[in-house]
Amino acid sequence: MADLGKTTVHEREPVDPELIRDILAKHDGEQGGLIAILEDIQTEYGFLPEDALRTVAESMGRPLIDIYGVARFYHCFSLKPRGKHVISACLGTACHVRGAPAIVEELERQLKIRVDETTQDKEFTLKTVNCLGACALGPVAVVDGRTFSKLRRSKVKPLLEQAAAGNDGVEIGKDVRIFPVDVSCPRCNHSLMDDSFFIEGRPSIRVTVSFNHKHGWLRLASLYGRYNVYSEYEVPQSSVVEMFCPHCHTELTSSWQCPTCGAPMVQMIVRGGGVVRICSRRGCCGSRSHMLDLI
Amino acid sequence: MITLNINGLNVSVEEGTTVLEAARFIGFPIPTLCHMDGLSPYGACRVCLVEIGKEPRTKLVSSCTYPAEEGLVVRTASSRVVRTRRMVIELLLASCPQSKVIQDLASSHGVNKQRFKQEHDDCILCGLCVRMCSEQMMAKAIGFSGRGNERALGTPFNVKSEACRQCGGCIYVCPACQLRCSYTEKDSPVCGGCQNLPPPCLEKEKFDDMMCFMSPCVACEIAPK
Ligand code: SF4
Ligand code: SF4
Ligand code: FES
Ligand code: FES
Repeated sequence: MADLGKTTVHEREPVDPELIRDILAKHDGEQGGLIAILEDIQTEYGFLPEDALRTVAESMGRPLIDIYGVARFYHCFSLKPRGKHVISACLGTACHVRGAPAIVEELERQLKIRVDETTQDKEFTLKTVNCLGACALGPVAVVDGRTFSKLRRSKVKPLLEQAAAGNDGVEIGKDVRIFPVDVSCPRCNHSLMDDSFFIEGRPSIRVTVSFNHKHGWLRLASLYGRYNVYSEYEVPQSSVVEMFCPHCHTELTSSWQCPTCGAPMVQMIVRGGGVVRICSRRGCCGSRSHMLDLI
Repeated sequence: MITLNINGLNVSVEEGTTVLEAARFIGFPIPTLCHMDGLSPYGACRVCLVEIGKEPRTKLVSSCTYPAEEGLVVRTASSRVVRTRRMVIELLLASCPQSKVIQDLASSHGVNKQRFKQEHDDCILCGLCVRMCSEQMMAKAIGFSGRGNERALGTPFNVKSEACRQCGGCIYVCPACQLRCSYTEKDSPVCGGCQNLPPPCLEKEKFDDMMCFMSPCVACEIAPK
């Protein structure tokens, strides 16, 4: 039950107490600022070094056990150094029945580490999660924020190669992180795909938009992970638009908020199961960030 | 003052009293495990549960954390309470059969089987030691970390803590590491060595206020057959 000793063996990284104090000063007096402080420390070092937590406890005048308890409670905090690329392989129910354990096993075998460990060269850290919200695409793994779907043992090797190469300069069709989606309206279920207008060689997604009392069409690339848009009127960067279904004229905006900019997110149904949400702010990078399962 | 009804008797207690304190005040014993006078209520073990409310809408709450309310109707030993409490004890036995405190609870409640996967945990996460250390010893040296089935008790980073004064308070209160039960039967999770009386009478009518609350129970022995 208790992983006694497990957390004690990590090497002590040098920690600059001044840096920690700067972070503390930045959050001084914030109610419940501990999590924000720990987040900042983790951004700085990639994990939470023991000495950093001791400094935090000392400077805040709080018992170390409280700080440690918070750090151990949230999965996003790590007390061990992590690799450059963090692989989160899903072991949720849907992925499990689709063979996720074999994928995790294969990842362990190829990386020569176990779950929650980091490779010797500090390239990869392997973690498991319980559902990433993309069950229809399972088994799923997320590497550095990019989703790899429908994994099989044979796809593990290319996954690692691509992850090591980084996210930049990916090519459509060759890269599994960009894949086509067919979407429909969540209200009337009419397809939103438009065969008369192609973007990047794929039928585009057509919706009606309204901003500044103007109405017109907007066409989006139907490739998950691509953010190209064309519209009848020029939509100024970073303005928020309202989107409607061109068939039933229902507003597509959902009550979800964009995790990046806070604007409301537009929701569409993916054929084959799932929901895609896009941010309604022009130019927001979180544009296509969330896939959720519906089945 | 607040007046509540416990097992059919009206009791007046100060505002802020818990149901457990009120019941004990008028002499109804409620078994507890994670409760200790002088430490803040925690509600971790659920051994102290009681039934509150009017039939048919009653619910089970932990009496050590439930504040007395005006007009509250409480049953401390109804058949539902006793049945559930025995299940709680059975679950405790499943995780820590070596604890004499738990074996004693089992024998006084007539729990003589254990139907779950047997484990031998060192800690039942009752939090007594944590509260002892921070509230009485003012050391705040130990605490829980992790969550779900990884929740565990320990010092920060599981190394010797500078905050600990080695007072031994935590060990003194721990139900899992105090006195160990010396089994009479090697292979049974239930010791039963101290069990001396039949279980409380459970086949009474539903919502009968005067269920058996004697500890140890004697009612069934004297009842005419
Ligand atoms: S021995 Fe240490 S951990 Fe235990 S109660 Fe005393 S100060 Fe706290
Ligand atoms: S160590 Fe003992 S007192 Fe502390 S939580 Fe575990 S069982 Fe309770
Ligand atoms: S179970 Fe894997 S994404 Fe939901
Ligand atoms: S004594 Fe009330 S829940 Fe443990």
